[in-house]
Amino acid sequence: MNALTDILPARPAVAPPAAHRLSMEAPARFGLLLGPALLLLYWAVLSVTGFLDPHILPAPWTAVTTAIQLIREGRLQEHLAVSAGRAAAGLLLGSVTGVIFALVSGLTLLGGYVIDGLVQLKRGIPILALIPFMVLWLGIGETMKVAVIATSVFFPIYIQTHTALRAIDLRHVELAETLRLSRWQFLRHVVLPGALPGFLTGLRFGATGAWLALVVVEQLNATSGIGYMVTLARNYAQTDVMLVGLVVYALLGFGSDAAVRILERRALRWRRTLGR
Amino acid sequence: MSAAVRVRGLTRRYTLKGVLNGVDLDVAPGEFVALLGRSGSGKSTLLRALAGLDHEAEGSGEIEVPERTSVVFQDARLLPWMRLLDNVVLGLSGRDARAQGQRALAEVGLAGRELDWPHELSGGEQQRVALARALVRAPELLLADEPFGALDALTRVKMHALLRRLSEAHDPAVLLVTHDIDEAILLADRIVVLDAGRLSADIAIRSSDRKEQAPIVRERLLDTLSLGAR
Repeated sequence: MNALTDILPARPAVAPPAAHRLSMEAPARFGLLLGPALLLLYWAVLSVTGFLDPHILPAPWTAVTTAIQLIREGRLQEHLAVSAGRAAAGLLLGSVTGVIFALVSGLTLLGGYVIDGLVQLKRGIPILALIPFMVLWLGIGETMKVAVIATSVFFPIYIQTHTALRAIDLRHVELAETLRLSRWQFLRHVVLPGALPGFLTGLRFGATGAWLALVVVEQLNATSGIGYMVTLARNYAQTDVMLVGLVVYALLGFGSDAAVRILERRALRWRRTLGR
Repeated sequence: MSAAVRVRGLTRRYTLKGVLNGVDLDVAPGEFVALLGRSGSGKSTLLRALAGLDHEAEGSGEIEVPERTSVVFQDARLLPWMRLLDNVVLGLSGRDARAQGQRALAEVGLAGRELDWPHELSGGEQQRVALARALVRAPELLLADEPFGALDALTRVKMHALLRRLSEAHDPAVLLVTHDIDEAILLADRIVVLDAGRLSADIAIRSSDRKEQAPIVRERLLDTLSLGAR
């Protein structure tokens, strides 16, 4: 007995919880801001030490002062409102059509043949390459701009939602059959929640795509919007205004992505995943 | 008494698995029948046919099952995005559906867990929710496809007691597919053995002296099952 206790190391009275080996620790609240903060620091150091010519890239604080000035003049918020409006309209239109097409193509045989084939064909063509045709068909007005944004949102939403629909567990379909769910109940309780993770992934890509398309269409014969502001500034070599435009785009992209992520976390509370 | 289940000359063929060769089976209302057989004997095929889930199968024969038929699968098959109570009353309508669901959850010992997510439950608890979901529909026939196959031995013992209690309280006809001889003897009023797509034995058990009959029945079942093996 004594010999045994001598050989075996005493177990600690309170065993600590096991360390994570493959899973990860819970993320810190604002952990995502670390990368951007480091970049900002790097940029500031280069500007202060004079390594960075302000004509090539102005200092971060120049962006702030210029932004304040633009806001005082009322220009920034005016352009921002127009841009946000376009992006939101395109995002909404693209999401709704993307989901509807995914449902029709995922849940009906004929729809699958017709729609999915077309979508796969179209995937090879970059959306921006379609812009000349869009201009030809829809003119250079708001309709064309929203249509281009909606198109660039449509595809990721469609593809992700459709993939998720196809991956719905057959066992859940069997369950729905034995519970004698109606088509509508099946759609509402099994199909839509099952496809939701895919839709949200698509929405994240879609939101990013919306801003991208926005930049392009706003530099195309626009008379308002952040893109127009930047184009105008380029003509007058106002690097600080161009920089403000860039920062606004970055914030919008980052913000919309964060918003979708929050939405994702809320909507998918029932899931347990590595990334949490 | 008219039968709860009536099967005549049932034949099923799948390209890959499961074959039934002219199965005749009657189950009386309230009767608890265990369907025993080795892997590949066709017992799951028979149950899936009764549950109306064999769309891909080819075959012939007659099947009559009651309007209200519930199925319990080997996995609990809860929808992970629905809280427990919503899982239990899925597809039910009517004002008191949720109250009934709550009662059913209490019956399987999960009162107060209505708002939990399925992933917060152990395997045994999940299977209890599946039982509640089946029973809240007041089935005339309960089809169970190895419902305890994935559970550990201790949990299984508890689930046996629960299933027996529930089937006595609700009195549906039960068809329990299992490969566990002792489970069949413990629970059933009647044991039928399926071998190579045919019924090869049909043994009634008197519930009054279940314990005394157990060794004899087990002997007979072992004979039937191992004879088929050769």
